[in-house]
Amino acid sequence: MKLHEYQAKNIFADAGIPVPESQLAGSVEEVVEAVGKIGFPAAIKAQVHVGGRGKAGGIAIVSDADEAREEADRILGMDLKGYTVNEVLVEAGVDFVDEYYVGITMDRGAGKPVAMVSTKGGVNIEEVAEEDPDAIAQEHIDPAFGLHPYQARKAVYGAGVPKEYAREVSGILSTLYELYVENDAADIEINPVMITSDDDVIAADAVMNIDEDALFRQPKLAEMEKDSYQDDLERKAGEYGFDYVRLSGNVGIIGNGAGLVMTTLDLVDYYGGKPANFLDIGGGAKASRVANALDMVFSDENVDSVVFNIFGGITRGDEVAKGINEALESFDEIPKPVVVRLAGTNAKEGMEILNTDLVQVEGTLEEAVQRAVKNASEVEQ
Amino acid sequence: MSTFVDNDTKVVVQGITGGEGKFHTQQMIEYGTNVVAGAVPGKGGQEVEGVPVYDTVDEAVKEEDANASVVFVPPAFAGDAIFEALDTDLDLVVAITEGIPTQDMAKVNKRLSEVDTRLLGPNCPGIITPGEAKLGILPGNIFEAGNVGLVSRSGTLTYQVVSNLTERGIGQTTAIGIGGDPIIGTSFVDALDAFENDDETDAVVMCGEIGGEDEEQAARFIAENMDTPVAGFIAGRTAPPGKRMGHAGAIVSGSGTGTAESKVNALNDAGVPVGDTPEEVADAIEDFL
Repeated sequence: MKLHEYQAKNIFADAGIPVPESQLAGSVEEVVEAVGKIGFPAAIKAQVHVGGRGKAGGIAIVSDADEAREEADRILGMDLKGYTVNEVLVEAGVDFVDEYYVGITMDRGAGKPVAMVSTKGGVNIEEVAEEDPDAIAQEHIDPAFGLHPYQARKAVYGAGVPKEYAREVSGILSTLYELYVENDAADIEINPVMITSDDDVIAADAVMNIDEDALFRQPKLAEMEKDSYQDDLERKAGEYGFDYVRLSGNVGIIGNGAGLVMTTLDLVDYYGGKPANFLDIGGGAKASRVANALDMVFSDENVDSVVFNIFGGITRGDEVAKGINEALESFDEIPKPVVVRLAGTNAKEGMEILNTDLVQVEGTLEEAVQRAVKNASEVEQ
Repeated sequence: MSTFVDNDTKVVVQGITGGEGKFHTQQMIEYGTNVVAGAVPGKGGQEVEGVPVYDTVDEAVKEEDANASVVFVPPAFAGDAIFEALDTDLDLVVAITEGIPTQDMAKVNKRLSEVDTRLLGPNCPGIITPGEAKLGILPGNIFEAGNVGLVSRSGTLTYQVVSNLTERGIGQTTAIGIGGDPIIGTSFVDALDAFENDDETDAVVMCGEIGGEDEEQAARFIAENMDTPVAGFIAGRTAPPGKRMGHAGAIVSGSGTGTAESKVNALNDAGVPVGDTPEEVADAIEDFL
């Protein structure tokens, strides 16, 4: 789960990391009021969950109230890579002389967190990692001991941060690791840490992604999750408790188990169709959950046809069939053709229950996907 | 021979009194697995499916001589449950639980480096040696004893590929679910190494998916160390970057690491045919045998 910049900055500020003075605004008037308080120059920054906001036109530096009004009007409500901007962070402009990168993430291969520092801040750090990996100093962290102070210093000196700033930057890195642990972060980074013309060190941006599996013990962060949905369908999926990802195609996909659902998406593509979504109903789903899944996919207006693929381990075919019947029998007319393939636990019982007047049945994954792709292409014409 | 589990495996089920723990204990016993004990704090002295329950894993091991555990404990307590299992010197711990916080697993991972126990999972369907024993939730009836090893990050995808094999009369030595989380105890390389050293395994299926670099490492291992032929499948070719596709570990990073393309290419370079469909994987295995 991604936090907005302003949410992450509040957390950073509470932990003592210096951040620019700022105020959140949801309307042009609020922006004008905020710049009046903060002064000029000021930055107006779109609060959406996308990287590269600046390049995409989501950040403006303004030097007077008229300009602030104009830019606020432009940015608020704009579409930024598919996300609508509803809020902006109005922030005091920083006169900087240098930009660094500091961050902590989980190194999957090593199975432990890694702290990273670079003096090439302010640019896409993943590009730096690719083009000039030596420009990023890394220290792996033993989770039993945490980030030793010497490791923070080693990373900061190793990256070539000048001595006069080393103490403060390594202090920020140590604080970041504390926040990483306290908040069950998946990633936490400041890009850039700015060195101001007054020799101050300040966090100009803030990125914090939270491990969704840890939200049960992070009640404050879990509250923020409701702001993190991209659209109404994702919100609905969150309420139903589905793993759901919306895509741009027209073949709706429902299945059980991440690997098999991904495979179903891939096969839709392989047979010439376009997947509309990833929807995993999870293991052991009962009838009501199955009905909810169909409701989800039907409410996506892009969907022209649906494939329902279940290989039961702990999921039982008879429960799935009951759910499909329940969902479809409530319609006078089935909104979109549904192809069903049931295999595994209680598949035979499921096939006996399934109302085959309402669905098309196929015996194999490949056949089911091909039929759904064909159904979608017929609707297209 | 079989890999990691067989008739001699004596199992303690952690979380045996919960809904899933109880159901799958019954299923495992029905399959022939030697379930000797359960462990649930506060439930010592009870019986589930005729199996004695103890308050701690330590007691279960001492009283019933268990040498493996299966963990059905909810995510909030599963990290602790795995630590408890690792501290009793078992040979194998199979963690079925999905949704354990990654930072808990980083701590488990650290402990794993200090003990001799093998951890399978978490977020995995378990392991089965057809006709001998299964530890986990895999549906026993789709498996058949034979000469093909299988290792996979996904449960249901394993079932799909196994059924494609079994329908053709191709049985399995052992099927190993290594789990869909970013940090797991047993890697593809560990499983492939075990299959390479198993005389009865004549070919191996490896089902990978997007995210991380385990498949690329496996490809290097296959090229350098394996004589046994391997066929592969990679799920998630159509997954957009930055989106978690169900499994916590199934995510292509914004910078483009962990893509299906990179994994397919690495496997192809190692001489491993990668199927576009599960059927094609079965075709490749049939060609090997």
